Amino acid sequence: MSGPGELLRAQALSFGYGAEPILRDVDLSIDPKEFVALVGPNGSGKSTLLKILLGLLKPDSGSVELFGVEPSRFRERWRLGYVPQRPSLGRELPATVQEVVSMGRLSRVGWRARQRPADRREIEHALDSVALFELRSRPINELSVGQQQRAFIARAFASSPELLVLDEPIAGVDTESQQRFRDSLAHLRREHGSAVLLVSHELGAVAEDLDRVIVLKGAVVFDGSPKELVAQGVSLGIHGEDLPLWLERLG
Amino acid sequence: MPWPFEREYMQLALVAGLVVGACAPLIGAFLVQKRMSLLGDGIGHLAFAGVAAGLLLDVWPVWTALAVSVLGAVALERLRARGSASGDLALALFFYGGIAGGVVLIGLAESLNANIFSFLFGSLLTVSAADVWTVVVIGALIVLTIALSGRALFAVVADEEWARVAGLPVDRLNTLLAVLTAVTIVAAMRVVGVLLIAALMVLPVASGQLLARSFRRALVWSVAVGIVSVVLGLVAARQWALAPGGSIVLVAASAFGILSAITGGSRGGSILRRSHSG
Ligand SMILES: Nc1ncnc2c1ncn2[C@@H]1O[C@H](COP(=O)(O)OP(=O)(O)O)[C@@H](O)[C@H]1O
Ligand SMILES: [Mg+2]
Repeated sequence: MSGPGELLRAQALSFGYGAEPILRDVDLSIDPKEFVALVGPNGSGKSTLLKILLGLLKPDSGSVELFGVEPSRFRERWRLGYVPQRPSLGRELPATVQEVVSMGRLSRVGWRARQRPADRREIEHALDSVALFELRSRPINELSVGQQQRAFIARAFASSPELLVLDEPIAGVDTESQQRFRDSLAHLRREHGSAVLLVSHELGAVAEDLDRVIVLKGAVVFDGSPKELVAQGVSLGIHGEDLPLWLERLG
Repeated sequence: MPWPFEREYMQLALVAGLVVGACAPLIGAFLVQKRMSLLGDGIGHLAFAGVAAGLLLDVWPVWTALAVSVLGAVALERLRARGSASGDLALALFFYGGIAGGVVLIGLAESLNANIFSFLFGSLLTVSAADVWTVVVIGALIVLTIALSGRALFAVVADEEWARVAGLPVDRLNTLLAVLTAVTIVAAMRVVGVLLIAALMVLPVASGQLLARSFRRALVWSVAVGIVSVVLGLVAARQWALAPGGSIVLVAASAFGILSAITGGSRGGSILRRSHSG
């Protein structure tokens, strides 16, 4: 049933790390240019689902198609941008913001290639779009959590992806950084028409920009427009505590 | 050439030492970033078993050491990647397996071959022109490989999961790094000896960390400190008739001590603490 234009489609996914099932019969799809939020309480399997969608984990049953092909056979990786929940960046040696963002070009140009002027322009542009250009020569460990998170977003931007997948990018980030984050996403969506799959357990500043919300609690318990969700008595983002509370009651 | 490099044996020592002084920290920086700074030690012990095998079989020990180290490094990386043994445990397995294997092989050789000591402790002042050529060729290959794949290796050692999603050939790059480590160790065997190789891979990197604010700069500084350590170590060895391998490592250790006193930095300490807690 996979539509020709779908960027991502998962059907009947089930998964458990051990005997206990974490995901049950999950269906999910993302269309081009869509801005989708995947929400759910902590431990509901959001990060696990992302790892399956990206090909880092294999589902016990069900199927995934990334840009129409199975993740393990998907080669055009620059079409995909990923911002991990807690980037496991090695912290032994210094790495500047620019060096981290430069990694993002590797999927575009191939791992043996040298950096060309065009790559440097894209890297500067990515730094600009998250308002980190001034800080590009600073070691990334010296930045605030919000700034670091934006650097990892810029790394994902650097290949101009058609689909950007972010795992809890605004958790533990102050409101000013949340606002900057929202601007950065708006910038990428406007400029490249990228689709976004945003994982979060709260929606904060981006609530108003969403096309669709998916609520996960092991299984998908809601999939529809923010309007429909609001019609069910949930206010998104304005009262930060509303959504998590509602999520606890649901399903 | 001026003193102390006016003699041919000192010139050969200088060339071999410079190549190793540059290559060991170059590879070491990636291992440190990957929190695998003990890999040098583990593979060094395998190289020891390889040397013993070579002496027993009457083959040039460099070949057998190279074969055993490269095979061991690849196997180690497979174990780690499959998650069937944690990095630390896999290292310990090789660490002790290598030493035990070496001891058994030396025992088999019956008469304790004095040659083994030149590999354990290094014997830079007796390297032959053939040794030096081997080291130079190996060094050129290492530098060339890093020049070609350094960016991708940096991405893999800095953030492996992200690198996988970005479509980098993570398993192959990890194997490449393991093989480069093995090759570096075999090149460094005659210079500082298998017991001190890991020190030459880690100490200059700890200094580089104190001096640099980017990974690229850290690489450059690590290599510079490695090279200076070799030159000063050789001068000291000639002046006071010291063991050159030990002298080089002592200089590298002093360099780190002095630099961390000057910069008041505790940053480099984390590398050393980690590489000693295995
Ligand atoms: N590597 C793992 N091994 C075993 N269990 C895990 C692992 N990662 C996550 N889990 C468990 O799976 C469940 C879902 O985790 P996760 O996908 O991280 O949820 P979320 O991202 O929604 O907070 C949790 O109960 C968590 O403890
Ligand atoms: Mg999570």
